[in-house]
Formats: sequence, C-alpha cells, structure tokens
Amino acid sequence: MSKKKNWPLWEVFIRSKAGLSHRHAGSLHAADAEMALEMARDVYTRRNEGVSIWVMESNNIMASDPEDKESLFEPASDKIYRHPTFYDLPDEVKHM
Amino acid sequence: MAEKDLEKIFQDKVDAEIKIEPKDWMPDDYRKTLVRQISQHAHSEIVGMLPEANWITRAPSLKRKVALLAKIQDEAGHGLYLYSATETLGVERDDTIEDLHAGKAKYSSIFNYPTLTWADIGAVGWLVDGAAIMNQVPLCRCSFGPYSRAMVRVCKEESFHQRQGFSIMLAMANGTAEQKRMAQDAIDRWWWPSLMMFGPNDADSAHSAQSMKWKIKRFSNDELRQRFLDMTVAQCHLLGCEVPDPDLKFNEETGHWEMGPIDWDEFWNVVKGRGKCNRQRLRDRKGAYDEGEWVREAAMAYADKKQLRKKASQAA
Repeated sequence: MSKKKNWPLWEVFIRSKAGLSHRHAGSLHAADAEMALEMARDVYTRRNEGVSIWVMESNNIMASDPEDKESLFEPASDKIYRHPTFYDLPDEVKHM
Repeated sequence: MAEKDLEKIFQDKVDAEIKIEPKDWMPDDYRKTLVRQISQHAHSEIVGMLPEANWITRAPSLKRKVALLAKIQDEAGHGLYLYSATETLGVERDDTIEDLHAGKAKYSSIFNYPTLTWADIGAVGWLVDGAAIMNQVPLCRCSFGPYSRAMVRVCKEESFHQRQGFSIMLAMANGTAEQKRMAQDAIDRWWWPSLMMFGPNDADSAHSAQSMKWKIKRFSNDELRQRFLDMTVAQCHLLGCEVPDPDLKFNEETGHWEMGPIDWDEFWNVVKGRGKCNRQRLRDRKGAYDEGEWVREAAMAYADKKQLRKKASQAA
C-alpha cells in the first residue's frame, strides 16, 4: 500500500428522475465531499443520467457479511403468510 | 469451512450464473486474474486517450472536434469505472498505476501505434473501438458483479465511438482523391493490429481455459476475431476501400470470411515493448501523473484545512 495520503474513496448515488429513489452508480476518489460531488457529475451524468446526486465516503458504509446471509435472510423465506397470495378468498370478492 | 467446499460453492454459483460480489469468498487465483485483467483494461482506457489527444486541436471542423472530445472524455470515465472495479477486490488504484509505470502491468498493445493523419482517428474509432466493443459486450455477462456492471455502462456509452469513427471514414472515402488515399492508408496500417487485439490464437492462449470456466471469458479469442472479421470486411467494402489481406477470401460453404495468417512476431514485439510508441506512451502517462502530484497534494491539504476550519467554527 502507498504511504502517501491518497484522496479517499466516495460512493455515488444518482436519482435518475424526480419520483425515483437515489441508486448506487459507482465510486470515485476525491479530496472532499464538494469535490466528490463535482466529479460525480462529470463521471456519472454525462448523458442526462440524473437530476440529483448523493456522495458518501465509502468508509462510512457498514455492510452485512455474506457469511451471515442465511441467518439474516433465510427466516423470511418460510413466512408465506406475509404475502397476499397466502389467503384464499371466495370468488365473489373480486378485488381486495 | 474447508477450502475445497468453498471452492465448490463458488464454482456452483458461477455455473448457475449467480454473480460473485466483492465480499463473497473467491479463489485467490480468480481474484488475481480479475485484478490483472480489470486493471489492464483500465490502463488501456487511459493510455488509449493519448493517440487521439494529438488530434483534438487539429480536427477538421467543430463538429468533429466536439465528438472527439466527448469520446476521449468517455475513455477517462471508463478508466475510472474500471479502476473502481479493481478497488472492490482490495487493491488501491495508486498501486495498480505504479505497476503500470514500473512496466509490470500492461495495456492494450494497439495504443503503441502512432496516429499519423486525421484518417487514423476515423480508423481508430471504426476498427479499434469496434474490436474493443466485440471484446467487451460478452464481458457484460462476466461472473464478477462490479466488472460486469462497469462493462454495461462502458458498452452503452461506447456505441457512439465506433459510429463517429466510421462517419469520419465515410467522409474521407467519399472525398477528394487525396482524402481517399489517406483513408486507405489508415486502413492499411490499422487493419492487422486491430485483428491482433483479440489476442493469440486459441491454441496459444495462456489464460483462456480457466477464464472460461470462471465465466470471466465467454467466447474464445478466435471466435470473437471471426465475428469481427465478418462484420468489418463488409463495412470496408462499403467504404469502397480495400482490405489489406491478399489471402482474404469468402467461404461460400461456411458463410464466413477467411483471413491470412497474423504476423505474431510483430504482436509479441509490441507486447514486449518494442512497438513504435511504447516508450512515448509510458513517458507521457508517467509525466502526467508525476506532474499532477502537487495538484493532488494541494487539493488534499485544502480539504483538510477546510475540515479544520469547520470544526473550529463549530467549537466556537
């Protein structure tokens, strides 16, 4: 690893149009948040990809561990009663 | 879990077309192969700007100039997407750049050829970007998530690159006798190097079999080269230009064009650093990086200072 103090890494999130949520677009290096925003504009919105940008230093993201996948997400897979299709309705009820 | 079991889970996922993400377990060699391939791909995007940069101020019209500028800016962006993808594998961008500057990492050999006339900018867009797209489209389905996502973006943006090149070739090929001669001359010089971009013949390709098993690679070098040949010969004829291959012939039975042998001595010479522009490209690249050092430092110092000032004003 280099000893120099490099520009930190930032994650970029773009809202593609009003009404949609911001979505992860990629990452880039920048000295600070303002610069990250300017560079995100040049790198990720050259073709009208967005109307709003969020940037966040990558270090600040806490991610789940893939090894915990089962304990985190498996419990949801057998709870079919959380879905509307679990419930039988008489035919007379057309919309519910 | 034992390494053998982890490897089986990994390969089963790959076989089932489930993407591998950065924090998932992966074999060391898979990681190494990806770091090597993606960083070389990133270096190629960045070095690839150099042969074109020479022609920005010499473009024949404003229309051609803005298109070329946009293409080169895309290439800078593509380099960044790809460096980001290598960073998800736990390497630092600066370290991969140091490897390039130390001659330890390669970039596509095609950029070691000079761009002598404006027609070369046409030929580069049409042939070099054309070959690159042929290589990159299957990479959109690569098993490693960040690489595949970067390639989707790159391919979407790059489709205009080839068209702008072909449009330059069309204008030249339908121009004056001198322009036509320049177009043919550019084709004569870029044709073979473009075909070499697909890499050694399948029988001599060192990393192919493993990469196919890992679904980093989807088609063999020769398969992709053949597709490129079939497409490009027709386009060359449309320009009214000649393909500089005396052995080129159409096989009625297979429906494919067949090419003469590639001069692999030339290919390996350029790979090993003896091409026309190897030294110049690396010198320019290293120069740009070294001369930018103070800018990067100053920006970091300024960011730190702003941060301190903000803290001080909050404390007061």
